[in-house]
Amino acid sequence: MADISAAPVKRMPRGMFREMTRNTYAITWKELKAYFTQPMAYVVAVVFIAITGFFFVDSLSGPLPLANLYGYLREIRWVLLVLVMGAVLTMRSIAEEQKMGTLELLLTSPVRDWEIVLGKYIATLIFFYALLLLTMFYPLLLKIFASPDMGPIWTGYLGIALAGAMFLAIGILASSLTNNQIVAAVLTLGILFGLWFLYLAEGFIGGLPGSAFVYISPRSHYDALVRGILDTGSIVYFITVTISALFVATRSLESRRWR
Amino acid sequence: MIEVQNVSKFFGNYPAVEDVSFKVEKGEILGLLGPNGAGKTTIMRIITGYTPPTSGTVKVAGHDILHDSMAARAAIGYLPETVPLYTDMTVREYLLFQAAIRGVPNNKKGQRLEDVVETVRLNDYVDTHIGKLSKGFRQRVGIAQAIIHEPSVLVLDEPTIGIDPIQVVETRSLIKSLGGGDRAVILSTHILPEVSMVCGRVVIINEGRVIAEDTPANLALRLQNSRQVSADIRGPTKLVTAAIEKIPGVTSIHRESFEGHSQYIVECGVGNDCREELAKVVVANGWGLLSMQAKGMTLEEVFLELTTQEEA
Repeated sequence: MADISAAPVKRMPRGMFREMTRNTYAITWKELKAYFTQPMAYVVAVVFIAITGFFFVDSLSGPLPLANLYGYLREIRWVLLVLVMGAVLTMRSIAEEQKMGTLELLLTSPVRDWEIVLGKYIATLIFFYALLLLTMFYPLLLKIFASPDMGPIWTGYLGIALAGAMFLAIGILASSLTNNQIVAAVLTLGILFGLWFLYLAEGFIGGLPGSAFVYISPRSHYDALVRGILDTGSIVYFITVTISALFVATRSLESRRWR
Repeated sequence: MIEVQNVSKFFGNYPAVEDVSFKVEKGEILGLLGPNGAGKTTIMRIITGYTPPTSGTVKVAGHDILHDSMAARAAIGYLPETVPLYTDMTVREYLLFQAAIRGVPNNKKGQRLEDVVETVRLNDYVDTHIGKLSKGFRQRVGIAQAIIHEPSVLVLDEPTIGIDPIQVVETRSLIKSLGGGDRAVILSTHILPEVSMVCGRVVIINEGRVIAEDTPANLALRLQNSRQVSADIRGPTKLVTAAIEKIPGVTSIHRESFEGHSQYIVECGVGNDCREELAKVVVANGWGLLSMQAKGMTLEEVFLELTTQEEA
């Protein structure tokens, strides 16, 4: 084992980078294992696969199946599902560590605060992407029996993947603010619904501030991707919000020391 | 190995710890003794870098806990008061995770796991879920995680709290064996006999301040010899005062008159207990000794609040 791990190490910048990835990896791995020792992960997985399967069947049963597949209805359904899932998958993350006192060990071990946040985030992301990958079975099935336009399907999936990444990051942030899982979940849902429906503000504000609200809301960005528009701005939006949320979560974790 | 210098910690305006300084050297086991709520846990949390102090500095193994935090933290093994465990992990999973985040190299993790499990005698329980272990065994898992990376500094917050008496004895001898060599150990407790059994030196904390620092034996000595005695004596004040002054070891006398008798506060030098002599003098002169008691010193008051006997 020593020989195998020693070889690539020499090519890497020694020391810090290696130690950082190592810490993050240790936390990610621990979190992933924790998912599978709890019934919650299985429940979420089964529910997710079942509901997306239903979405798929439903989208094929309309008069214009292919046009319907990534139509407006499908968009809000998916988002609702991913949004609730994001809250459920992340609510324990930091809140539970605080409640059980294990956060004290994490924060006194030679691991940086952002490594803790990132490690936990990557674990939820891997879990979510694994489920998302499973649902790709449906469009692939469609491809076998028909010839759908795969472009919007891929960008749609990219949209869900990016929105999910953002939702999970906000979930981690909410979980870092409290030591109560339920509070964390409700807070996540509150923030996400709030952000999502912010676009409605355009209706009664209008003008530049109105379009600013539309921009802040993830809806328009997601919508573009689902309609098959590979817009760099939208991708940048999701990545920016994700990174910001993780950054604030790190700060919030840090501030726990002062409380 | 541990240098605590003028450390204070305020929660709002409330001083949890005020101007605390002490050192722990290599090979030493220091006991942080104090009643509940004295600030012991806060001091432990400051040393381990969990809570930053409001003012003052802490150095662990030569590294400042705030400015060189990673290096300082890497040198510490820490057992908080409530043992922080992931109850859905097995002992093995938990200890391997702790080893990983504490920087034990991959190829040494297995060996270290075997070693610590042997040290805390958990051999038969490595693959048991922590949630199924008894309190005493969980405590051992806690100690095991604190030593898995062979830290040069060990911080144990109330390590024997809430476990049964037989395991308490075992845990203490375990802690004794962990000290010594190149390691510095600091443990907090509110149990008086525990420090004399385990620690080489004691720092006594009360209301966030250090009120004494000594070896357990010396502290016990200081405690037995009350240095202030208050006595109510009926008799001619001048003669009484003169007689008391002649008692060997007496350094000062304060008198306060009441109706029919006077109260004398007699101070004796360290190591002198003048109570017996005082009683003899009063009786020999035919005066009335109405009451006599050793005056409470701060140190003593603290000791009264400590648990002096084992709960069994």
